[in-house]
Amino acid sequence: MIKKLLALAFAVGIALPTVTPTPVTAEVLRLRLTEGQIEPMPFAIPTFQAEVPGSEAIAAEISRVIAEDLVGTALFRQIPQSAFISNHVFNTAPAFADWRAINAQALISGAVAVQGGQVVVKFRLHDVFNGTEMGEGQQLVANADGWRRLAHKVADQVYSRITGESGYFDSRVIYVAESGPKDNRRKVVSIMDYDGDPSSVVSLTNGGSLVLAPRFSPSGDRVLFTSYANGSPRIYLMDVAAPNPIEVPTAPGNMAFTPRFSTDGRAVIYSLEAGGNTDIWMTDLSSGQHSRLTSAPSIETAPSFSPDGSQIVFESDRSGTQQLYVMSIGGGEPTRISFGEGRYGTPVWSPRGDRIAFTKQNAGSFHIGVMRTDGSDERLLSSASAGYLDEGPTWAPNGRVLMFFRERLGADGGPSLYSVDISGRNLRQIPTNGFASDPSWGPLRP
Amino acid sequence: MRILTLAALTALALSTAACTRPDRFGGDGSTDPNAAAGMGAGGVGVSGLGDPNDPNSPAYFQAVIGDRVLFAVDQSVLSPEAMLTLDGQAQWLIGHGYNVVIEGHADEQGTREYNLALGARRANAVFEYLVSKGVNASQLRTISYGKERPVATCAADTCYSQNRRAVTAIQLGM
Repeated sequence: MIKKLLALAFAVGIALPTVTPTPVTAEVLRLRLTEGQIEPMPFAIPTFQAEVPGSEAIAAEISRVIAEDLVGTALFRQIPQSAFISNHVFNTAPAFADWRAINAQALISGAVAVQGGQVVVKFRLHDVFNGTEMGEGQQLVANADGWRRLAHKVADQVYSRITGESGYFDSRVIYVAESGPKDNRRKVVSIMDYDGDPSSVVSLTNGGSLVLAPRFSPSGDRVLFTSYANGSPRIYLMDVAAPNPIEVPTAPGNMAFTPRFSTDGRAVIYSLEAGGNTDIWMTDLSSGQHSRLTSAPSIETAPSFSPDGSQIVFESDRSGTQQLYVMSIGGGEPTRISFGEGRYGTPVWSPRGDRIAFTKQNAGSFHIGVMRTDGSDERLLSSASAGYLDEGPTWAPNGRVLMFFRERLGADGGPSLYSVDISGRNLRQIPTNGFASDPSWGPLRP
Repeated sequence: MRILTLAALTALALSTAACTRPDRFGGDGSTDPNAAAGMGAGGVGVSGLGDPNDPNSPAYFQAVIGDRVLFAVDQSVLSPEAMLTLDGQAQWLIGHGYNVVIEGHADEQGTREYNLALGARRANAVFEYLVSKGVNASQLRTISYGKERPVATCAADTCYSQNRRAVTAIQLGM
């Protein structure tokens, strides 16, 4: 059962003695997400206090998840509690000197109350060196089983206040869970929290038919995927909360596959094959109207919209090998943007609009990379060693991190999910129960 | 990009010829039961194949005529040897009324979407060839499994070459 938050309220301005903000004299605590950022920012997080008896366990868990979210970015470093000089009582003025002494630059404090089936989290963030509070204290409320989301939301707030960019911790990933032998793999569309937390995993299909490449809707409430349920690949749509797949009527063709939502979520772009030739089509989900976006004898597939909805990027082998092209939705000739060595596929437009992620094959090895939308500034973020394949990037909601799958080739091999910062740092495996492929990272949750 | 040399292409073509040699039944390892039963990745029923010694049986079609043709890396062009196999398939299919699904497949060294499209190209190459040889197009349907259903699972070209295939799968009970 997917955890639902009945109420997730941001009640800003917790009642407390008024504290006059200290005038900012030194440079404000700020972590700029630029190329140069190598040294993680040290932070201290005293275990959140239990405001009512019996809240201690959840309070400790929430503190742990907040710290894990931040440390997982590799932009932050947690100072062990054993190094703490003084205790901090939530809603009191921090003894900044004691936190400076252990080189904590940020202090995250909070309190938790679990009662009446609800969990209430309050937190504050302090800039230790300036002796100031960053932003206002906040209170967040959820059903008791939604405590993990509250932790992610606090971590998103901390990340956002310090980096100046939105976070990505309170988000989910749709992917394909794989099991069984390599020549008869069972594939199940599944959903989980961005960090792979096992308690968050829910199966959305039953494994009875081959399913491929699920894609989140922009608002995170629906999923498109390819299924062989009716014998031939077709496109299906389902609600994440009530996953009953319905076939999306496409333009006439033999196979319809690898759909994605348009930026506004109202249309589907997909690959349609007829007579051995694959082109890109778009179908409006409410009117059912189809439009053909490419018309070439070559393979055109893997389309992805720009966030402003005006362009798509896709791959085509019209030049002889897979390369990336950008075209306007209004029509016109596609412009090739990939010119490096090798072949390029699975392009995905960044939610920030400034970059395109892709899979690259060159000299027998597979990479995940990013380039600007005009093809310049190509950077490879991952490099699969011999016997492995990297494929299928998907963007974190803030466009700072990519998730993809790395497949170990051969009879006993299989895919696992990884994430990597667009700087190329912090390559990490996302824990899953068994093989996992085709991740699609959803938006920040409301 | 992977480039096959002319020598490699020739070698591949020769191995294709060996695999689809009409007299191979009872010969090399390619006639093992698993290979013969590999008639459909779609979970199509495989009962009632009949006796492979009976020239009218689907088992004969699979094992003796040869139900699959192989392709070079990233190619959908039919080799002369593949055409020879398909000539045999066409002749048999014209004489038997079975419906057929032509499955196109790719090896795992490619991206998922592209391999689906590549498999469709391969299936269509077989479709067009069979129709050109007189098979009724209404008997034939194509599908691609991309890299989803390998028959050989090792991470070497000995396996990949078997996976770059189009399989002509007889539909039973129709």
